[in-house]
Amino acid sequence: METPIKVKARNKNGVTTIRALMSHPMSVEKKDKKSGKVTPAHFIQTVTCEHNGKVVLTAEWGAAVSANPYLSFKFKGANAGDSIKLSWVDNKDKKATVNAKIK
Amino acid sequence: MNSNRRTLLKGTLAASAVSVAASAGLLAPRAVLAAGWPAPAFSAKGVDASLTELYGSGNAVDAKDIKIKAPDIAENGAVVPVTVSSTIANAESISIFVAKNPSPLTSTYALGSGTEAYIGTRIKMGKTSDVVAVVKAGGKLYSAKKEVKVTIGGCGG
Repeated sequence: METPIKVKARNKNGVTTIRALMSHPMSVEKKDKKSGKVTPAHFIQTVTCEHNGKVVLTAEWGAAVSANPYLSFKFKGANAGDSIKLSWVDNKDKKATVNAKIK
Repeated sequence: MNSNRRTLLKGTLAASAVSVAASAGLLAPRAVLAAGWPAPAFSAKGVDASLTELYGSGNAVDAKDIKIKAPDIAENGAVVPVTVSSTIANAESISIFVAKNPSPLTSTYALGSGTEAYIGTRIKMGKTSDVVAVVKAGGKLYSAKKEVKVTIGGCGG
């Protein structure tokens, strides 16, 4: 199976930049015009990033975030070698978590 | 009748998604900064309405110190790279809206104490529209916008 989250974390001058790429369809609700069949939306709702047990970012997403979402952000207070934890939960209660070391 | 049904479906989409999530016990144990997934804000039909659901107020002041980096013309509306950054002190939260999407709120970010007001992501845009970024800092709302022209819409596909 494909890795659900790819993370790169880099510390430069005390600021850590996280770049994450998640593998997810992020589909919106679709209705087939001929059959009337409705395919429900399937998207990541919440992405959380923790450093030393402290939440640094909580992202709440709707279905208008692109498929295979990309997220980048910056925070202070971490050192190279620290580990961070990034996790997501989607609207079907599927979860994924990844740990990464800050370079 | 058909068009009515479509509107109704769109409106109830987010609400039903959350009730499913709640019944699965998903929302209760989430010890995070935000108090669960804000379904009404995601299903609201306008930027102001969505802001009110999200922050309790639809009044955002235009601010020059919010920067939105997005392409002037997006060839593919399904993937529009957007970066929002701000120099406003003590920013607590950033939200990104697409004014003309059926549900304008794309995403909202709660920032931790050491987290900078900088978010880069990729969003879907149905058609040419303003991308609106709202930053909450010190209990006040600040906003900025940038028009992105879309040649192929990304909300149907």
